[in-house]
Amino acid sequence: MPSIVAIRDLRKQYAGGFQALKGVSLDIEEGEIIALLGPNGAGKTTLISTVCGITIPTSGSVTVGGHDTVTDFRAARQLIGLVPQEINLEPFETVMNTVRFSRGLFGKSADDGHIERVLKSLSLWDKRDNKIMTLSGGMKRRVLIAKALSHEPRVLFLDEPTAGVDVELRKDMWDVVAGLKASGVTIILTTHYIEEAEAIADRIGVISKGELLLVEDKAALMTRMGQKMLHIHLSQPTEAVPAALAHYNLSLEQDGRVLVYTYDTAKERTGITKLLTDLAATGLVLSDIETRQNSLEEIFVGLVKEDA
Amino acid sequence: MNLVAVRSIYRFEMARFFRTITQSLVSPVLSTSLYFVVFGTAIGSRINEVEGVSYGAFIVPGLIMLSVMTQATTNASFGIYFPKFTGTIYELLSAPVNFLEITLGYVGAAATKALFIGTIILITAFFFVDLTIAHPFAMIAFLILTCVSFALLGFIIGIWAGNFEQLQLIPLLVITPLVFLGGSFYSVSMLPPVWQTITMFNPVVYLISGFRWAFFGQADVPIGLSLLAIAFFTAACVTAIWWIFRTGWRIRQ
Ligand SMILES: Nc1ncnc2c1ncn2[C@@H]1O[C@H](COP(=O)(O)OP(=O)(O)O)[C@@H](O)[C@H]1O
Ligand SMILES: [Mg+2]
Repeated sequence: MPSIVAIRDLRKQYAGGFQALKGVSLDIEEGEIIALLGPNGAGKTTLISTVCGITIPTSGSVTVGGHDTVTDFRAARQLIGLVPQEINLEPFETVMNTVRFSRGLFGKSADDGHIERVLKSLSLWDKRDNKIMTLSGGMKRRVLIAKALSHEPRVLFLDEPTAGVDVELRKDMWDVVAGLKASGVTIILTTHYIEEAEAIADRIGVISKGELLLVEDKAALMTRMGQKMLHIHLSQPTEAVPAALAHYNLSLEQDGRVLVYTYDTAKERTGITKLLTDLAATGLVLSDIETRQNSLEEIFVGLVKEDA
Repeated sequence: MNLVAVRSIYRFEMARFFRTITQSLVSPVLSTSLYFVVFGTAIGSRINEVEGVSYGAFIVPGLIMLSVMTQATTNASFGIYFPKFTGTIYELLSAPVNFLEITLGYVGAAATKALFIGTIILITAFFFVDLTIAHPFAMIAFLILTCVSFALLGFIIGIWAGNFEQLQLIPLLVITPLVFLGGSFYSVSMLPPVWQTITMFNPVVYLISGFRWAFFGQADVPIGLSLLAIAFFTAACVTAIWWIFRTGWRIRQ
């Protein structure tokens, strides 16, 4: 199946000479949720803006639904909904008017039924006649999403949708995203919250300093990069790691009550069986055993550090 | 052609106008009435006639032009500057619309507003002076052309402006003086010969002269020249806007 969004060697050099994108290539499959994870200034917004037509690429190409975003911009842009990072709204307009306007701008004939469904799904229906300036920050962000969904896009770009948003609204937003995915919409979201990528994405791309460092299935990424830790709780604290276990690189934690063994889940042999056998031989008595997986956060920090 | 988009922009802009209709109309009507009282009645009573027309009637075309040009310019410049200011321009730039459609929407709305105000002033004028219009269709055509061309100019100013001060700078420093010196309140033939020549470099002279011809059947410059001037001005603005959108000047990075 051809990719719904195909980005080829995209470069962007701003007027001041700063190179914000250094040759990004990425294929996005229809119906997936992809999270672009990267620190501030990584080039996430630049990437989205270039795909959506707000900034002009220096070189490279992008197609959306097979349509080139420069030469066939009408067909390409018709498929795209964009929720910008900044809350850009006209303060004196009502919610309903501004959402209707967005639909018209994308060339779709008026359909108040559709707009009603969108506003209801975002809990904005009661506020439809309110002026935007009277809404809270979270509500304004919902209005931005409603605008982006007003013309029934097949690809939705969400640029840091939950930045500065309270926990409850974040959960709501994730529900909305899940609902959109269920209806077949492809979603590209940027975030610097790892938990967000971890919670809702199918694939994760890590971007840093204008380069896409990797793109991988979330699960595969976590296993590939993921290390697990085996926490061995002892019934009696021990002063030092027994000499017989020295080659396992164990660390002693919690005043000698816990031995921690770090291993790679992707390896064929994790060494756990042998460790436990050797451990029994030392005479130490175990009270509990647990394993912990590295969070995406640790993976991410590791990657970006490596790059620096 | 994305006509739905053009209509959406147009409606959105017109809705803004009608929301503040009283403000939009009171100020131009009031100031024009003041001009009629001061120039038409007070001073006009001491000036017999200009080119066979009573002075009160003579200044009507110039006054309408003054309002229409200022209104078309400020409305269009504000219309496109505001999305830049609030950031909602992202939507215009990412929508499936080209420069022609964006321009048609914004300039169309600004020109309509100016036309509306021009018409109201014309109606107001009938309360103050005896007025007959020699060439009504030419008058309407001239009025519409002026509204459109100055809205185009305003659109360019709105894209160029980086803040609200700059937005008001051009109308204040360029358009108002050009209109005042463009024969709104006098006939060019009343000037000393040197000034008559200098005045011919003021493009507004051609517009006011043509408009006055439509009212009274006489003009400072031949009507063909007036039409040529306004056509040239419109074409120059359209070319500038086409270039702006092609290069992304001041709007696309
Ligand atoms: N208009 C611009 N002109 C010059 N540099 C810019 C412009 N916009 C963004 N940048 C720079 O490009 C880099 C990437 O910015 P951005 O794409 O906004 O990053 P992110 O969204 O990942 O935080 C930053 O270093 C930023 O300073
Ligand atoms: Mg950003």
